Amino acid sequence: MSQVLRIILQRIALGILTLFIVSIVIFTAVNMLPGDFAQAILGQGATPEAIESIRRDLGLDQPPIQRYFAWLAGAVQGDLGTSFAQANFSSFVGADSGGSDVTVATQIAPRFANTMFLAGVTACIAVPFSIMLGVLAALYRNSAFDRAANIFTLSSISSPEFFLAYVLILFLAVLNPVLPSLSNIYDGMEFGERLQKTLLPALTLTLVVTAHMMRMTRAAIINLLASPYIEMARLKGLSPLRVIVKHALPNALAPIINVVALNLAYLITGVVVVEVVFVYPGIGQLFVDGVKTRDIPLVQACCLIFAGAYILLNLTADILSILSNPRLRHPK
Amino acid sequence: MTDLLLKIRGLKIEGRSDEIWNPIINGVDLDLRKGEVLGLIGESGAGKSTIGLAGMGFTRDGVRISGGSVEFDGIDLVNASAEVKRKLLGSRIAYVAQSAAASFNPAHKLIDQHTEAPVQHGVMSRAESAADAVELYRRLRLPNPEEIGFRYPHQVSGGQLQRAMTAMAMSCRPDLIIFDEPTTALDVTTQIEVLASIRDIVEQFDTAAIYITHDLAVVAQMADRIKVLLKGDEVEEAETREMLSHPKEDYTKSLWAVREFKRPQKPAVAAGATPVVSVRKVTAAYGKVKVLQNVSFDIHEGRTVAVVGESGSGKSTTARCITGLLPPLSGSIQFDGVEMPADYRKRSKDQLRQVQMIYQMADTALNPRKSIGEIIGRPVQFYMGLRGREKRRRVEQLLDEIELPADQYFDRLPSELSGGQKQRIGIARALAAEPRFIICDEVTSALDQLVAEGILKLLARLQDDLKLSYMFITHDLATVRSIADEVVVMKEGKVIEQGPKAEMFRPPHHAYTDLLLSSVPEMDPDWLSNLLKERGVDNIGDAAVDKMG
Repeated sequence: MSQVLRIILQRIALGILTLFIVSIVIFTAVNMLPGDFAQAILGQGATPEAIESIRRDLGLDQPPIQRYFAWLAGAVQGDLGTSFAQANFSSFVGADSGGSDVTVATQIAPRFANTMFLAGVTACIAVPFSIMLGVLAALYRNSAFDRAANIFTLSSISSPEFFLAYVLILFLAVLNPVLPSLSNIYDGMEFGERLQKTLLPALTLTLVVTAHMMRMTRAAIINLLASPYIEMARLKGLSPLRVIVKHALPNALAPIINVVALNLAYLITGVVVVEVVFVYPGIGQLFVDGVKTRDIPLVQACCLIFAGAYILLNLTADILSILSNPRLRHPK
Repeated sequence: MTDLLLKIRGLKIEGRSDEIWNPIINGVDLDLRKGEVLGLIGESGAGKSTIGLAGMGFTRDGVRISGGSVEFDGIDLVNASAEVKRKLLGSRIAYVAQSAAASFNPAHKLIDQHTEAPVQHGVMSRAESAADAVELYRRLRLPNPEEIGFRYPHQVSGGQLQRAMTAMAMSCRPDLIIFDEPTTALDVTTQIEVLASIRDIVEQFDTAAIYITHDLAVVAQMADRIKVLLKGDEVEEAETREMLSHPKEDYTKSLWAVREFKRPQKPAVAAGATPVVSVRKVTAAYGKVKVLQNVSFDIHEGRTVAVVGESGSGKSTTARCITGLLPPLSGSIQFDGVEMPADYRKRSKDQLRQVQMIYQMADTALNPRKSIGEIIGRPVQFYMGLRGREKRRRVEQLLDEIELPADQYFDRLPSELSGGQKQRIGIARALAAEPRFIICDEVTSALDQLVAEGILKLLARLQDDLKLSYMFITHDLATVRSIADEVVVMKEGKVIEQGPKAEMFRPPHHAYTDLLLSSVPEMDPDWLSNLLKERGVDNIGDAAVDKMG
């Protein structure tokens, strides 16, 4: 086990290093956005003095390196800063209004929880569905079922997300009103109701991510079917399903896990279009709003969370695929 | 004829390539009685495995039975439904594959794979089958029979895996087992143990078997009858003793003759001559594990030094040290009396050019996406600096050298070549650098005897023409007999014995050399029994047999 442990620790260290590098990229990129918050909020007619005063208030007049390290130090301690858009400007109010600032963390937390909920529901539907579809497609390869599954998943991944969303709304909310077309969930909502409201966006996202996972499962399994141990399993008189599930699938896990992780990361970071269509209060919309208003702390925090999610999921996938290799789990 | 178990009549099998069905087997008959062992021999491409699998009613993807009949115990396997065949496979007909390492599923423990067929076929419960597995492991003389089943395939050695696979084939007590080259991938000392185990267990349970191999001496030990195949046709069939003493057909006689190829003994090397390559007290390790200890030997101009030993004895590691891929911990490699840098990255282009390698698996050693012209042209350009027309001319010259017509082969891809032809390309690629020394790492062990003989003759001719020196790594002592001038015997990273070939094959030997030499199968059908008696390994206790039934 010590070998596995060492590899895992190595991967974690690498993950942290990557996150650090990404934080530099995020900071640089965000600071290169044209215009700044002061200009965006005060508009065309603002006096240079007013802009300067807001900048000073927000610390925008500091050199970038200093701002970066202040931000990084805060982020490491869990303090992601204060949203510019929610800040009280002491220079306008005249006095310190005392701690009523809304921090980025409190702003993001509920939105992020919603996003995770949506991603989680989608994953629970999409992952078993695609792997099952992949196994069946491999089992009945080149049959009508295989072709139909391929055509269905490929056309759904090739269509724009909003289009899929509207098609689902048309069929499941308008023509057969079984699900609500708006996903305006809020705090303190019952789990059942929340789930019901989340179902349509989750189904839309399932259609988007299924193709990738299903086709990788199918390809990884078919890739193994020519190997001698699969022939051996068939020569033992096992049923085709058992050959695939028991003998091919465990050896095909590594590539499948990686594709699943990639798609889960997409569910957390790339779903803004679906959120907009269903008015789902997720982190994606918050992020886009932040960019519009040049709300630097908010944008940076979102980026950092996205990057963290990506790294964490890929790290998990790496570790799981290492563990799926019996040579590493059981050294000689 | 009532005890006829397998009856094949006029079997025709076709394989598909490029959407065209080509015949593989052109009408073969085969009879197998209960408890009988039939040997199928022939070179690769003769259709041995295809017939063996057809005897199970099974064809690989892209292969189909196009005519004839296969009857197992009265059941027509050609027309039987998949369901009917599935019931027979594993329970009444079992299969032992060539490479146990590749045919055991890496994701499951041995015991789980062993019990799968009995449980799925409803022959035994898991617990019964697991207990039975231990008993079978014991009978096949596997070490730690109680515990070995709980290991994963990668934790067990090749010879042990092969026996575990035989045990697995026995798990449902089948009437028929197809053994498809079960010892080809093993070295001679391990091969003996596996052969003896297989023979005993087949006898004990009175199982009928088809034993497929290209090694005549092996089949002589195992089979009651031998059938010789050539390119999908039967050449002849006879009782084993009859076949060995009086082969009728020319082809069979030529198979017998392969073992006779021998190079004349060369005169002794002049005293004080500088060896081309000198390995001096080399000690090397992978990480903390020492794999070579104080290895020394010389290779003189125009000579072949055969390095022999079981797998894991350090033969290939020595080659890696010489080529600079694995810098030794201590000791040195001298070329023409001059020490070479230990790391290949520090060697000059000329030093690199002088030492070339030919690999065991020509399949994996050639880039599948490059044409033959490109594969050989690359070292011609890299080492000799030739380009354009000159390069092409040199490549054609090299192809001529290895006896492949340049106009036919220049633009082909490796996948369009046979195993022997691929190995020839490997030789041409090594020659392209115009080296003085070539390391041949098991270059014939993946080939059939006839093809291997062609390669050995080619290497011998090239040696005479170009004054090449060879280091010939092999575990096949027949090859050593035919090509070597000097022999180095290695065991556990040390040189056990070395000297001229004539001396090595003449007693008295070092005990280990003796073991290696005596383990090479001979054409005498009683050889294995006699050898086991000599070594004091009795056939497995008969008391145990009565208990199991």
